[in-house]
Amino acid sequence: MTVAATPLRILIGKVGLDGHDRGVKLVARALRDAGIEIIYTGLHQSPEQIVTTAIQEDVQAIGLSIHSGAHNSLFPRILGLLREQGAGDIVLFGGGIIPDEDVPRLKAAGVQMLFRPATPMHDIVEFVNGLRTER
Amino acid sequence: MSERKSRFTSLSGLDIERCYGPDHLKGWSAEQDLGQPGAFPYTRGCYPSMYRSRLWTMRQFAGFGSADDTNTRFKYLLDHGQTGLSVAFDLPTLMGLDSDDALARGEVGYCGVAVSSLADMERLFDGIPLDQVTTSMTINGPAAVLFAMYLAVAEKRGIPFDRLGGTIQNDILKEYIAQKEWLFPPEPHLALIVDSIAYCAAHVPKWHPISISGYHIREAGSTAIQELAFTLYNGLTYVEAAVKAGLEVDAFAPQLSFFFNVHNDFFEEIAKFRAARRLWAREMERRYHPRNPRSLQLRCHAQTAGCALTAQQPMNNVVRTTLQALAAVLGGTQSLHTNSMDETLALPTEEAVKLALRTQQIIAAESETVNSVDPLGGSYFVESLTNRLEEGALELFRKLDGLGGMVSAIERGFPQREILDASQRYQREIERQERSIVGVTEHREEDVRSIPILKIGPEVEQEQVARLSDLRKSRDPFKMAGSLEELQEMAACHQNLIPPLIEAVKAKATLGEICAALKEVYGTYREPVVL
Repeated sequence: MTVAATPLRILIGKVGLDGHDRGVKLVARALRDAGIEIIYTGLHQSPEQIVTTAIQEDVQAIGLSIHSGAHNSLFPRILGLLREQGAGDIVLFGGGIIPDEDVPRLKAAGVQMLFRPATPMHDIVEFVNGLRTER
Repeated sequence: MSERKSRFTSLSGLDIERCYGPDHLKGWSAEQDLGQPGAFPYTRGCYPSMYRSRLWTMRQFAGFGSADDTNTRFKYLLDHGQTGLSVAFDLPTLMGLDSDDALARGEVGYCGVAVSSLADMERLFDGIPLDQVTTSMTINGPAAVLFAMYLAVAEKRGIPFDRLGGTIQNDILKEYIAQKEWLFPPEPHLALIVDSIAYCAAHVPKWHPISISGYHIREAGSTAIQELAFTLYNGLTYVEAAVKAGLEVDAFAPQLSFFFNVHNDFFEEIAKFRAARRLWAREMERRYHPRNPRSLQLRCHAQTAGCALTAQQPMNNVVRTTLQALAAVLGGTQSLHTNSMDETLALPTEEAVKLALRTQQIIAAESETVNSVDPLGGSYFVESLTNRLEEGALELFRKLDGLGGMVSAIERGFPQREILDASQRYQREIERQERSIVGVTEHREEDVRSIPILKIGPEVEQEQVARLSDLRKSRDPFKMAGSLEELQEMAACHQNLIPPLIEAVKAKATLGEICAALKEVYGTYREPVVL
């Protein structure tokens, strides 16, 4: 079944103090080129800012890039804030420098997908497109 | 015979022909364009005898966890034959925030060492003779504050400032362009940089007050030409700011230093170092006519390309790093950091760092590539590439001039967009399989073997927070507040801020408190979003 008519709005952003934005911008461009509406937050967003923007912009998913090693703290804080604010249905996914051994714990906490370095763009686009049918 | 591809290109997209000969060097003159090592235009190197006299400084960038953890790593590296120190600070420190700031939560000690106070800086260098090693500090937004801390440590130990050697990165323009860690708007940042330049010229003559950096520009996805052009144009912007502030070019230009990336394209990278030296010498000569030849010489540090490493089959990174390091040596670098194989996963372990250091030591001791200066000089191919990189950079110089200079170009998002477009081109080339990465696009292995990685525990943050709390209780609050008021007054009337910064750190004002006080005077900056 295809529900291609469902418009997709995704928040793509950088959380925390990390300034590495090469990857996140390439992902944002690839998703935009695939016809997905992208809200790009820019750099240095706090977890609170990310969640507020996601709710205000009524996005279906949040995709975050973290290269700072702070993923074990930042992802769970965002998941907690989403639940607190009644927005637990917003999908959280991410990528960056995240060691394999941290992935199971983050997924168990509710991060739907974590992309490893050198993931082909079409895998990310496919994943995001897959969110249409899930809703 | 048919060739494997219809088009061969350098990593930066330059077309590469089958074979190079005299036809490719029409108009090129060995006298004008090559010269002698140690002489204008310095294509062949800054010094006449280069590595025959002195090898490059082996300087591994290190920093993680607490000041004590990093101090232990420094001593380990010095014990294993490293010849200079290089400090990596954590993200809160890079952003001018204390370890107990709300925005620092979860980030303390992760990307580098946490330094929030003079006491942290003292512990970082405990037992290390500051008058015998040279220290490079990768710090930009709050560079002047960390430099003041280093000077205060030396003062406490009775080491005269003229015996201190080292570098603060202090290059804010590339922060706006690529690395994205700034505190204030460009103008006050430039003023602070000029303050460090002037202070070093007068009091710390062996210190490099700035390391004008292409490394991060390249890591953000630029081509070699963009790296070369934006870096040197940034350098000229700093020189102009210092000259406008009344400094004599020869009083400070010999203390400027540069920092380049070394990526995978072996010959293009060698050509980049050669083109950088020639272009800098020519532009400095043309614009400022310095009397001291040292003002024309581009001296640099190099680091192998982190972005060229892969998380897949991490052992392969040792080989990549070796090739890149060799290119830097053949390019004539003055100092070098070699990345560790595990750095796409986390900060490096002790074992991985040692192997990276040994890589440099093997090149120096065993490859015999260090015997002759600029051994590729005169190669039709390398000279032709050197010319093309210089020409490409000059073309970007003209575009930047047309935009009203670098600050205005940054505010319009020009360099940021150029880099993002280049990075996207590269990404597409990989995805279309026009470029190969071993272990990623070909020769993949499904069975992923993991290697040990360095872990930073939450106790680093807890201990830092406790130390800061003790510090705030133990100091004289009036003296501390007075030092910040003095700093703000001097900032408001455009005085050199290094002396009041030294006073403030000695009065136990923290990094975060000092930067917050300066933000009250200078304001903050929001970047134009380029997508």
